[in-house]
Amino acid sequence: MSVEILSRIQFALTVSFHFLYPPMSIGLGCLLVLMEGLYLKTKNPLYHHLAHFWTKIFGLIFAIGVATGIVMEFEFGTNWAAYSRFVGDIFGSALAAEGIFAFFLESGFLALLLFGWDKVGPKLHFFATCMVALGAHFSALWIVVANSWMQTPAGYHLEKIGVNGAPGTPLPADYIVQAADMGHVRAVVENFWQMVFNPSSLERLSHVLLGAWMTGAFLVISISAWYLLKGVHLKFAKASMTIALCFAAVTTILQSVSADATARGVVVNQPIKLASMEGVYSTQDYTPMTAFGYVDTKNQTVHGLKIPALLSFLCFHDFKTAVPGLLTLPSDEFLAARHPGLSPDELAKIRPKYWPKVGAVFQTYHIMIIVGSALFGLSFLGFSLLWKGWLFRTDIPAIRGLLWIFVFSVVGPQICNQAGWFTAELGRQPWIVYNLLRTSEGLSRSVQAQQVVFSIIMFLLIYLLLFITFLYLLNEKIQHGPEDDEGHHVKAPGVSGDPFLQKGRASN
Amino acid sequence: MTAQELNTIWFLLVGILFTGYAILDGFDFGVGILHLFVKKDEDRRILLNSIGPVWDGNEVWLVTGGGALFAAFPGAYATVFSGFYNAFMLLLAALIFRAVSIEFRSKRPSRVWRQGWDIAFAAGSFTAALLIGVAMGNITRGIPLDKQGDFVGTFLGLLNPYSLLLGVTVVALFAMHGAIFLVMKTEGELQATIKGWVPRLIGLFLILFLSFNVATFFECPNLVAVMVTRPYGFAVLALDIVAALSIGYLTARGREFPAFLISSLTMVLLMAVLGISYFPHLVMSMPDPGNSLTVSNCSSTAKTHGIMLIIAAIGVPIVLAYTASIYWIFRGKTKLGHVGY
Ligand code: HDD
Ligand code: HEM
Ligand code: HEM
Repeated sequence: MSVEILSRIQFALTVSFHFLYPPMSIGLGCLLVLMEGLYLKTKNPLYHHLAHFWTKIFGLIFAIGVATGIVMEFEFGTNWAAYSRFVGDIFGSALAAEGIFAFFLESGFLALLLFGWDKVGPKLHFFATCMVALGAHFSALWIVVANSWMQTPAGYHLEKIGVNGAPGTPLPADYIVQAADMGHVRAVVENFWQMVFNPSSLERLSHVLLGAWMTGAFLVISISAWYLLKGVHLKFAKASMTIALCFAAVTTILQSVSADATARGVVVNQPIKLASMEGVYSTQDYTPMTAFGYVDTKNQTVHGLKIPALLSFLCFHDFKTAVPGLLTLPSDEFLAARHPGLSPDELAKIRPKYWPKVGAVFQTYHIMIIVGSALFGLSFLGFSLLWKGWLFRTDIPAIRGLLWIFVFSVVGPQICNQAGWFTAELGRQPWIVYNLLRTSEGLSRSVQAQQVVFSIIMFLLIYLLLFITFLYLLNEKIQHGPEDDEGHHVKAPGVSGDPFLQKGRASN
Repeated sequence: MTAQELNTIWFLLVGILFTGYAILDGFDFGVGILHLFVKKDEDRRILLNSIGPVWDGNEVWLVTGGGALFAAFPGAYATVFSGFYNAFMLLLAALIFRAVSIEFRSKRPSRVWRQGWDIAFAAGSFTAALLIGVAMGNITRGIPLDKQGDFVGTFLGLLNPYSLLLGVTVVALFAMHGAIFLVMKTEGELQATIKGWVPRLIGLFLILFLSFNVATFFECPNLVAVMVTRPYGFAVLALDIVAALSIGYLTARGREFPAFLISSLTMVLLMAVLGISYFPHLVMSMPDPGNSLTVSNCSSTAKTHGIMLIIAAIGVPIVLAYTASIYWIFRGKTKLGHVGY
């Protein structure tokens, strides 16, 4: 295999593994803020136990997030040296800002969050929790901004690098980067804020953050449902479940708005990606949307359940307007500019070289939508039952069934997150920076295939060990359960008021 | 500010970030290197908890230093990271094991479990310190680069005796620094034991450090030539040795906190000597000095340097303020409580 494929596999492996953890940290961080906030407000020790228990889970997740995140920071330089030289002027400042504004905040206050329970007062501890959550959000902000710039570059211009520190010469806006330019041409900042608020960053940031909140919410829902089914730590489980379900209900509603905005952004900014996500080859009015199916790349059609005109409607909020198909993308002008002197027929033959792997992008996208829709349904159902006071009636078989679904629902948002990133990243191919730099040109020249094979095997082994240990310890923590509950452990004085019994919702 | 001034400022700032990293994560690594020499389970837990609240924040200095290098001098970031590929992959493995063993180790009472993660913790810390030293050694000595500034040497070539010597020196330096930190954070019998190690570690470090300087004299004529034109560099070097010697004096008298400060100062002076003899280079090309990377031929634009200065001016004071408060809150002797490792 080539260094290119190997480096891509390694990047996908390491970042996918890393991205199992940050969404949990971000989402659970918000819930910790809610729980501690409720404790400060109501002084009900139950909320204190909640915060205490979930903080321990948080600590475990966070540690692996940190350990795997550092790999990502190095990997741009180790595997993508040419890319790093090309984008460093722009991309580097986002990464440095992430360090200064986000990671320092997170890691500093994490100490207080985890170890500060009896060193500082409850107000300061609450403040620390807020800062950790804020730091996690900042880190998502900067890294998603950096990634969005790669999807929709803005606020830059290309320049020919000056020799020995002489100022560079700007290149015309329509300049096309050639392989021979590597090392002599780079992208430089023209307007920092346009770079930060590039056409896709806000939509993608909200989509990623809402995905993370859902991940945290369903993590808590899942573990709470397990306690309810086992009939242990009931007060604790009900309180956790209530908070997490309310949070899930709000975030899923917001997510449906954000997902729609993200998709409509892609139509405008990266039409090839959108056409691949839906397997649209020919351009036609009333474009249908495929609920599920598969792409027959040979015959350039999609087989599956088609809903007429839906795609047109979702993309343009109008049933008629045609969604541009792959057979016209990229445009003739774009191709002619890159391949001067070729006839229209020859250009049409080259066109598919500018498409991503349509089948893969289609499937990952549809997995996200199908699983995402199921999660919307689940949180709606759960919230309604909670509202009506039926959710904790574990004597009803249907409720037990639903709770079992909740136990497994924790993987749902994870699947969506991964599938979503694969859609976004695979759909960007063959570009590493959209329409600017090809992935094959971003590699490190000094790295050989066998070196990357070695590191992939190393990461595979280490991550396997980490993942098994993580699941094992998480399970231990869950089995051990929260302290001061139901007489399993020491009973704290003053745990009398069950807020749910008081409101007469949960009868058990 | 002119582009040249900005280049110099960022040379300094990146240097400060990596120095901060060496001082802070240095004592974490030191604690890790000494970890297995402490036998009792309870004592090992004290060691882990002494760095427990701070090691993650310390590692962020590396992350930010890397980010700043990427942003300020993308060419140097790309060359060093891709050139030292295997070494950096091993460093990553070491950092991962160091991080997760702290978290995992005390989660189960099992003897085998704890011993296993203890070894991972110690090995991770030792390997990381060694690799950082070897990488620094190669940078000091110069590495083969081609016209585009890409590394053209081999992995084995990086493991030359000179660089390995600096690797071992850094291990000794961090072990010394960690021991002094532990003297500050422990009490009773454990403290007495570690106090006994300090003079020996200082001695070991000084012997290695002196041999390293002698080796540099023969191995790196380029650096020596530069030093001769900047004689104040020798003054800094002499001050550094005096500082290291005074640590022994201070610990023997029970002045633990000043001893720790002086130990940190040793590292600052060490990095200063390197900076003085290296500027304006970022990566020296060895057989072919013409291909070297300097602050001017691989830097970002003045605009980016300016933006980053603003980011730093806003961020750094805030970071320093709360980092200091957190060290203050966790000051004093480490005690085992119900929260912790
Ligand atoms: C800041 C930048 C950034 C961010 C936040 C992400 N990626 Fe990415 N990704 C890249 C920057 C990047 C890259 C450096 O640009 C790669 C390497 C090669 C390439 O084409 O893009 C890449 C490749 C890449 C690939 C391989 C694509 C291919 O080979 O076709 C996958 C599957 C992912 N990424 C998945 C993810 C996931 C799961 C992420 C969630 C955290 C993620 N990416 C975040
Ligand atoms: C591919 C690009 C990425 C890089 C280079 C990267 C880099 C890093 C690094 C170096 C750390 C460790 C920091 C420390 O020591 O505290 C880290 C942790 C973290 N990253 Fe990433 N990361 C990437 C992707 C993402 C994405 C896409 C998100 C969020 C949407 C994210 C969110 C976080 C968070 C919240 C942490 C803190 C640790 C945790 O919560 O588990 N990262 N990342
Ligand atoms: C069901 C409706 C959903 C739609 C229509 C939708 C739409 C999209 C689209 C179009 C992208 C690609 C954006 C790009 O390439 O720039 C994307 C990416 C992504 N999605 Fe979704 N999504 C949905 C649900 C979800 C859910 C429920 C989650 C998580 C819980 C999620 C997580 C993600 C993530 C993490 C990404 C990658 C980051 C990004 O590109 O924004 N999605 N989504």
